[in-house]
Amino acid sequence: MNYLELAQKVVRMALERGATGAECTISEGNEFSASVRMRELENLKESGSRGAGIRVLIGRRSGSAFTSDLSAEGLEAMVASAVRLASITTEDPFAGLPAPEELGALEGDLDLYHADIAALSTPVKIELARAAEQAALDMDPRIAASEGASFDSDVGARYFANSLGFAGGYRSSSCSLSVVPVAKDGESMQRDYWFSAARSFARLEKPEEVGRKAAQRALRRLGARKAPTQRVPVVFESRVARSLVEHLFEAVSGDSIYRKASFLAGKLGERVASEKLTLIDDGTLPGLFGTAPFDDEGVPSRRTVVIERGVLNSYLLNCYTARKLGLKTTGNASRGIAGNAHVGHGNLFAEPGERTPEEIIAGIRNGFYVTELMGFGVNIVTGDYSRGAAGLWIENGELAYPVHEVTIAGNLAEMLMNLEAVAADLEFRSSVASPTLMIGEMTVSGH
Amino acid sequence: MRVSETIFGQRFGLTERDLERYLGEALGRGGDYADLYFEYVASTSVNLDESIIKSATQGVSVGVGVRVVAGERTGYAYSDDFSPDKILRAARTAACIAEGPAKIQKLGLTPAPRHNLYDLDVPPTERDLAERADLVARADKAARAYDPRVFQVQASYGDSLRYVLVATSDGSLTFDRQPMARLNVMVLARGGANGQPQRGYAGGGGRVALEYFLNEKTPEYFARDAARQAIVQLDAAPAPAGEMTVVLGPGWPGILLHEAVGHGLEADFNRKGVSAFSGRVGQQVASPLCTVVDDGTLAYRRGSLNVDDEGVPTQRTVLIEKGILRGYLQDKLSSRLLGARLTGNGRRESYQHMPMPRMTNTFMLAGDSDPEEIIRSVPKGLYCANFGGGQVDITSGNFVFSASESYLIEGGRLTRPVRGATLIGNGPEALRYVSMVGNDLRLDEGVGICGKEGQSVPVGVGIPTVKLDRMTVGGTAA
Repeated sequence: MNYLELAQKVVRMALERGATGAECTISEGNEFSASVRMRELENLKESGSRGAGIRVLIGRRSGSAFTSDLSAEGLEAMVASAVRLASITTEDPFAGLPAPEELGALEGDLDLYHADIAALSTPVKIELARAAEQAALDMDPRIAASEGASFDSDVGARYFANSLGFAGGYRSSSCSLSVVPVAKDGESMQRDYWFSAARSFARLEKPEEVGRKAAQRALRRLGARKAPTQRVPVVFESRVARSLVEHLFEAVSGDSIYRKASFLAGKLGERVASEKLTLIDDGTLPGLFGTAPFDDEGVPSRRTVVIERGVLNSYLLNCYTARKLGLKTTGNASRGIAGNAHVGHGNLFAEPGERTPEEIIAGIRNGFYVTELMGFGVNIVTGDYSRGAAGLWIENGELAYPVHEVTIAGNLAEMLMNLEAVAADLEFRSSVASPTLMIGEMTVSGH
Repeated sequence: MRVSETIFGQRFGLTERDLERYLGEALGRGGDYADLYFEYVASTSVNLDESIIKSATQGVSVGVGVRVVAGERTGYAYSDDFSPDKILRAARTAACIAEGPAKIQKLGLTPAPRHNLYDLDVPPTERDLAERADLVARADKAARAYDPRVFQVQASYGDSLRYVLVATSDGSLTFDRQPMARLNVMVLARGGANGQPQRGYAGGGGRVALEYFLNEKTPEYFARDAARQAIVQLDAAPAPAGEMTVVLGPGWPGILLHEAVGHGLEADFNRKGVSAFSGRVGQQVASPLCTVVDDGTLAYRRGSLNVDDEGVPTQRTVLIEKGILRGYLQDKLSSRLLGARLTGNGRRESYQHMPMPRMTNTFMLAGDSDPEEIIRSVPKGLYCANFGGGQVDITSGNFVFSASESYLIEGGRLTRPVRGATLIGNGPEALRYVSMVGNDLRLDEGVGICGKEGQSVPVGVGIPTVKLDRMTVGGTAA
């Protein structure tokens, strides 16, 4: 029996045990990882695992369970456990499965699986990591150490079935190559990293390129100093700008909205950002990391314009949060393998503008170009934002010297209104992406 | 303890002979060392939101990890199936890290010593479901009763029972049963001057029985604290920006030590020479008032373990003694390569992960100062009572941690609450500015989760009231 049939069977088992509705997820995956440090193979890991999860509804009560034991007894025990748990939860008038007409899956090949990854031999994968690290070590004698380079891959599949007759599954693959070089000069020691990730090996950046970029990033941090406390324009390099998009995701997620736990709650239709910002969630783009034929409730993925030229156009919703808010699902249900679905995203990104990052920097007399952010000082309820930062100071339109051990602070609501520039350099290296962004003014705190 | 007395023997038929056979297979290609990590975890979680229990989940996760070490190389493979052919296949996969004939001929396993820090008669996972669900319902009631401005409460309870068996090619066999339970309460309140909601959070637990939440730290205790924090924030002013004197309250603010020094002292980073603390043993890295330890042997604590995930008993390790750097936290691989003594800090998230040096409970020993006197000594500064998470870049030594409840100190008194702000410092320097250490050491409530290279493990932290003469505070008010 294949896993899709098994998921359907588990749903039937739940109905036989008294559930009035059920949804079952089964996932399987094989992971591989080879890491090299200072030119020597360090770690090699290869294995596969599977898991099944069920959520049952008994009327408006729900219960969930999961197991790594897919034997008949293991699945029986899982179903029994979920049914038992439904007796301790409370009736929730909004609990339920999607409406039958909401179910479905995108047709056609979404380019999520490539056989070229599984076809790579172990020596080739080790050599990729070795070549990437070597390129970093060769860049400059100041690249004196390394935390290593690694090639990682994941090949897996996910299956979902529910008691309304939906059943679907899809395979996916991904691989990545990363390097973490350490640069030393006198007392100063700094590390940075670069990585490339893709669903097919053919689309991965060349190891030499990954190594070189990582080394350049570590080298340019050498001799970093603190900056004086002041208010200045702040440019978020694309790699860190994506974290702002992640904060926006939390703020527009239906889970935060119905609890009024977001500074964007109740702002639908209002201007919430400068008109430079258009934020899109698109789970349909072929070959990307946030793409899937259907979400984790069996609703087809789609494109949602979340913020259009600064105006909040849509929240991101699953069926539950949509019912709570009197809206329709946007196909953004997400879950591990068990539990009530929460809200996730497809490919979430800020639409690129036309200028290069260099052109944006050229217009700044005194400012901060941030290349790394640290810590968790972001409060989605209030929008308060305060994080550790490192990067390069901008003087007269040019990157002048490295800066670290400072914080940048503001409030997300104000930062969005103050978004003065969006660059053209959008690149999808994960399911959240952003071009370089410039905020008109933030507080840099240093000495 | 015999394997036949463990869940792995009783439920899955595992025997000593099986273990020896798997280890033999793992070393079949000439590895220097191998170990097997059998894991069985049963977990339960219950979530309340808007005064109703919206979800409850139970699950079981079972698997075995096989590790083979050859020189500085490690091979790793795992199986979520305990059938001998699957485990042998994992052993053969891991074995490939070595190249050559088997070096180790004879294997024998002897039960190894361990502590007995959390032997519960009835672990929370075996209690009635309704009893556990009642905890979140009580938390909801108490938070709402605390103040009418509270309008949203989320409470969650989770527990797990992890059975672990570690068999190593150096002959040790250990078994442990590790309970864990945790209660969390998150509150939103509104009604401040600007009309904006504010949040408060509290939670705690450990390797404890359900009685802990019934008799010691009750749902009401955590709920009231979460509600209190949200209400305090309603009147908070913008946080200051720049360098200033910072006083850390006792308990969870010990996360400073975890980030500023703890990670930087994990032996793997130092073996590789990439930590800001590399090569600094014996040097002054903190004020003489500071003694910092990592202690995995505290009964019932979240970060404690009878044995680490390599089968080594945990211990108390002095990291910094009166300001002098004393040592690192070791796992087996680093200790062998550095020729250093084991410290029982080899930990992993699950059977799917390789062990590495990790902290357990990390805290600073109490000093002599009266906490009141410490605050009185500050003309102008910031008092931080509670924090969210933190992070460190171990190479530059820069670390951050985010204050979630703090107050301005003006003229030696706490005057008004300020909004959340991140504090930033540099590990080998930050503790040099410690000028007073309180006599009120407190450990955190039991909520810490530490992430490293994609692996999460539970940890504890602690600190007495501490005054730092200089620290950068990342607020918005210049």
